[in-house]
Amino acid sequence: MIVAELKEIREIRNLIDRYAKILVVGCDSCVAECAAGGHRETMLLAAALKLSYKNDNLNPVITEACLDRQCVDDFIEGIAHQVPEHDAILSLGCGAGVQALARVYADKPILPALNTLFIGETEMRGIWQENCLGCGQCKLGHFGAVCPVTRCSKKLMNGPCGGSKGGKCEVNPEIRCGWDMIVRRLDALGELDRLSEYVPPVDWSTSHSGGPRLIVREDQKP
Amino acid sequence: MKTESRLEKVLASGQFAVTAECGPPKGSDANVLHEKGKHLLNRVDAVNVTDNQTAIVRMSSVAASTILKGLGHEPILQMVTRDRNRIALQSDLFGAYALGIRNVLCLTGDHHSFGNQKQAVGVFDLDSIQLLRTVRDMRDDGKIIGGEDIQVPPKMFIGAAENPFADPVSWRVVRLAKKVAAGADFIQTQCIFNVDRFAEFMKQAHDMGLTEKVYVLAGITPLKGVAMAKYMANKVAGMEIPDELINRMAGVPKEKQADEGIKIAVETIQMVREIPGVAGIHLMAIEWEHKVPEILEAAGLDKRPAI
Ligand code: SF4
Ligand code: SF4
Repeated sequence: MIVAELKEIREIRNLIDRYAKILVVGCDSCVAECAAGGHRETMLLAAALKLSYKNDNLNPVITEACLDRQCVDDFIEGIAHQVPEHDAILSLGCGAGVQALARVYADKPILPALNTLFIGETEMRGIWQENCLGCGQCKLGHFGAVCPVTRCSKKLMNGPCGGSKGGKCEVNPEIRCGWDMIVRRLDALGELDRLSEYVPPVDWSTSHSGGPRLIVREDQKP
Repeated sequence: MKTESRLEKVLASGQFAVTAECGPPKGSDANVLHEKGKHLLNRVDAVNVTDNQTAIVRMSSVAASTILKGLGHEPILQMVTRDRNRIALQSDLFGAYALGIRNVLCLTGDHHSFGNQKQAVGVFDLDSIQLLRTVRDMRDDGKIIGGEDIQVPPKMFIGAAENPFADPVSWRVVRLAKKVAAGADFIQTQCIFNVDRFAEFMKQAHDMGLTEKVYVLAGITPLKGVAMAKYMANKVAGMEIPDELINRMAGVPKEKQADEGIKIAVETIQMVREIPGVAGIHLMAIEWEHKVPEILEAAGLDKRPAI
């Protein structure tokens, strides 16, 4: 899923202060799972904004709404009836959700309420871990299902750097060394031999380095 | 001989080699290189020119290597993959060779979060092993990445770094083997303070036949004082300093600690010289270049072979 975090109220206020009627729109998919932009967080943010404006003796119209998915047109249309009567939309979707709203509601300002961070998993309640950078050519099969592109701070392909210590990455003792995980896992699986082979330079053209990626599938078109 | 490198000639002749480190200035003052370099001139076989070490912006290693070469040094150009993609790295290799540089040390580099440009993009297009292979393929096959031919390929004597003290331990010699297979002609190790663990690493390397294929230069860093010892033990990535050494430093009065640090360095040099497979030392006297002559003299290594 996509993992995001709520921006500071002050930053959000800077983005929306110029509007009198604001539609606050959550997304009940990924960003609900990471407790950043789901139904609950949308209600909380709307309440926090109202309070913040009240403290400044201001009283803009703030309306809450939440879509099941903010990145798919069929769902986005769910707020079509509310959009015209507002000046702007504050989105609690991920970056994709914000941009999808902007494409559909082309004449409305759409502002982000979240900072979108990464593709990751819920490791446990309250802990989300980044583990895929969408490189476009999945290499997990060679690395014991631990992603060296994402979990190694230097995207190393041929083994750990000299800074790996006690299972931690040199960048920050809070970060596990991805290569320590790769070596341990393959060792446990009896497949360490996978790592003795030289891994040639990565073809980054399938990643974002090749420009924004687009998939066109004729078989899926209506 | 694979190259015109002086360092290669010294090592191939079987003589114990000495390299040292010279960090380029934070700025454009070439005099700094002159000043630091004069303590090393004719006292070491080659000088490592660091590449924005610990991700602090400094004069480029290609420029500083060229200046040092002009002053009579044999530079080892350090190149990290942190800041340049494969286009820039290969281009700089062409340029460095054209400028007369004959040695290169291929590194990934410390993460930029350590330095003074923490907001930078970390490039890491290649890793150090892929860079090694790239430099080797240029020299031996005359090709760049992707297989295109080069006119006048750079012929570099190729080095890599290895840290015998990092984790996972079982992996360190495997990584050394990978570096050798990718093209490393020589290895400079991380600073050695734990000689026993280094000896164990060398034994494994020896048993795998690696010391036949690569020259290992043992990394030596003199400690200036107990504060530096503690700082390095706790803050520098991949460093291991045994408590006994820290206690030994702490056990002498402050004004004597520098001398004690030098004594430890000289003892370490003597111990690593005895370890089979060690072909030389790499002396990293960080911002202490003027102590290099004294250390080498005390270790009996001040006379460099004439090549
Ligand atoms: S290898 Fe690429 S696609 Fe696979 S997990 Fe890593 S970044 Fe994602
Ligand atoms: S310590 Fe581990 S995760 Fe961090 S950069 Fe080095 S190999 Fe990668």
